[in-house]
Amino acid sequence: MMRALAIVERELRKFIRTPVLLTMTLVMPILNLLVLGSAFGGQVRHLNVAVVDEDGGPAARRVMDAIYTLQANGDVVRPVMFANEVEAARGVRDGSVQGAMILPSDFSRRVYAGDEPRVGLLLDNTDGVVSGAIRGLLTGAVQEARRPAPTPRVGRAVTLDAVELYPFMPYMRYMLPGVVTLAMFMTVMIGGGMSYLDDKQRGVHEGYLVTPITKFELLLGQNLAGVVKSVAAGVLVALMGALIAGVLQAFTPLRLLALVMLIICVSFAFMTMMSCIMARMDNPMVPRAMFGVLNTLLYFPSGAIYPVQSLPGWLRWISVINPFTYGVHGLRAVLLKGATLPVVLPDIGFLILFSMLMFTGAVTLFRRTL
Amino acid sequence: MSAVNAGSGSRNPGDSGEPAILIEHAVKQYGSFTAVNDVSFSVGTGETLGLLGSNGAGKSTLIRMITTLVPLTSGRIRLHGVDVSVNPDRARLSIGVIPQAMTSDVDLSIEENLSIYAKLYGVPRAERRKTIPRLLELVNLADRRNSLVGSLSGGMRRRVEIARGLVHYPQILILDEPTTGLDPVSRTDVWEMLTTIKRERQLTILVTTHYMDEADRLCDRIAIMEKGRLVALDTPFALKQAVPGSRASTTLDDVFVHFSGRELVS
Repeated sequence: MMRALAIVERELRKFIRTPVLLTMTLVMPILNLLVLGSAFGGQVRHLNVAVVDEDGGPAARRVMDAIYTLQANGDVVRPVMFANEVEAARGVRDGSVQGAMILPSDFSRRVYAGDEPRVGLLLDNTDGVVSGAIRGLLTGAVQEARRPAPTPRVGRAVTLDAVELYPFMPYMRYMLPGVVTLAMFMTVMIGGGMSYLDDKQRGVHEGYLVTPITKFELLLGQNLAGVVKSVAAGVLVALMGALIAGVLQAFTPLRLLALVMLIICVSFAFMTMMSCIMARMDNPMVPRAMFGVLNTLLYFPSGAIYPVQSLPGWLRWISVINPFTYGVHGLRAVLLKGATLPVVLPDIGFLILFSMLMFTGAVTLFRRTL
Repeated sequence: MSAVNAGSGSRNPGDSGEPAILIEHAVKQYGSFTAVNDVSFSVGTGETLGLLGSNGAGKSTLIRMITTLVPLTSGRIRLHGVDVSVNPDRARLSIGVIPQAMTSDVDLSIEENLSIYAKLYGVPRAERRKTIPRLLELVNLADRRNSLVGSLSGGMRRRVEIARGLVHYPQILILDEPTTGLDPVSRTDVWEMLTTIKRERQLTILVTTHYMDEADRLCDRIAIMEKGRLVALDTPFALKQAVPGSRASTTLDDVFVHFSGRELVS
């Protein structure tokens, strides 16, 4: 045990003396939370929409007023007048506008007659988010055609403000559990994978092997050190992220206990997995190249940024054996739903089982000689 | 200062009647390539043996076999009677290894580096407290004990590594090109240090080097390897005598050229 602890001591002393590593492992997930959390799920704005008004009647004017109101409130939609439908369609195809609305010549008459008034909408459906947003906004706008008198712009500003601000917070919150897990994954990848192979390259590893340390002690030491680093990163990002995303209900003793337990188990799962993958590797370039692959394979199908329920069958299988999934699931329960330990026991159970399997694999694969 | 660790009294050098290092028909093959080809020799207790050979001659592989890093394809290596293949952990305790690459952690202090290695060798705390300051005295780094290794010169770093190889009171010290890359002053420093340590601790030393003048001055015997084989083994004087047309000015360079069948390009 003294030998395993000597490995831990070395790793941790180095870790606290290289604040760059710790900072980098914290900056990326927090940036992820801020940038992706604000970019995705936020209101789509500055949408250029071609408008072809073949009608020119009062109903069409009310629709136009509604669109101008959207423009005045946060510049959500920018109407661009087009002469005819053909030009508008060309505009959508070449991307100068993101959608086109055609108010047909009999629009106002049909509105008054109650004769199924219709408005044409051309959408660029290669971008689902934008076309969905335009559809939603314009659906609202065309409803205005039936109103007898347009409501003043100023009076409506309050409702539209709510549309502006609200959607981004829930997505940032939705991302928080994934970002905490990502922080641990990155710490393990850099502090466990990359630095291990760099040491191997430099001959540090060889230095260990001439001492009477057993491979079990060596792996135990490396794994414990990796877990301590990862837990530090996980706890820090969880606390910082919870403050940024405004998730304060997590801060009760029982929830914090569940949070820390989960973070420890996720760290073990990641670190033992890394140990198993790195057991026979020598080339320090490999973990650098592998980082992107593992990130895509583990982070994205884990439910961290998009629901697992949306995945096709083969991808769902990856998510079933992916420790990331259980980390995200457990952390989401604790951070967002206010769950405590009993609720996340299944996640913790899987992570412990996974860690034991991976550690056994690492000990089996690891070679005591060069 | 007592030279031999009390704890290893039963394995006092010479007790077993075996040489410090005994190599019998050692072979290492990598696929169809034979890195070490049927090498046999022994190193007596307290002796300093220089292992010479051009790059790729098999020196480093042989050293890795002796230090238990690389398993033997066939043959046998015994350190004070302990077979490295049968009882590697006991063999590891009897040798201090100073590898070619400087592997001390640059962001840890000298003392921390030594302490961590002492723990890896299982040296108990009380023992560590006594040993480490003494070792630092021995390699003239006592006043720098809290300096980060990264702030030291190449010669000082080499001395840290030598101290690191001695934390567990080994009876055999194995050094792979300890002076490569050092300036002449640091080289002299390192060799003088090794001479002192050897005298104080009655160490057996196996050392590889490319510097013939060093080998000549400091080694009791010289072994020359070429293409995986041992091609010569004798005292520097005898080796020089063996060179055809040898005279007083014959150097180990001439010996090396003669035995390795190579020309020195100057």
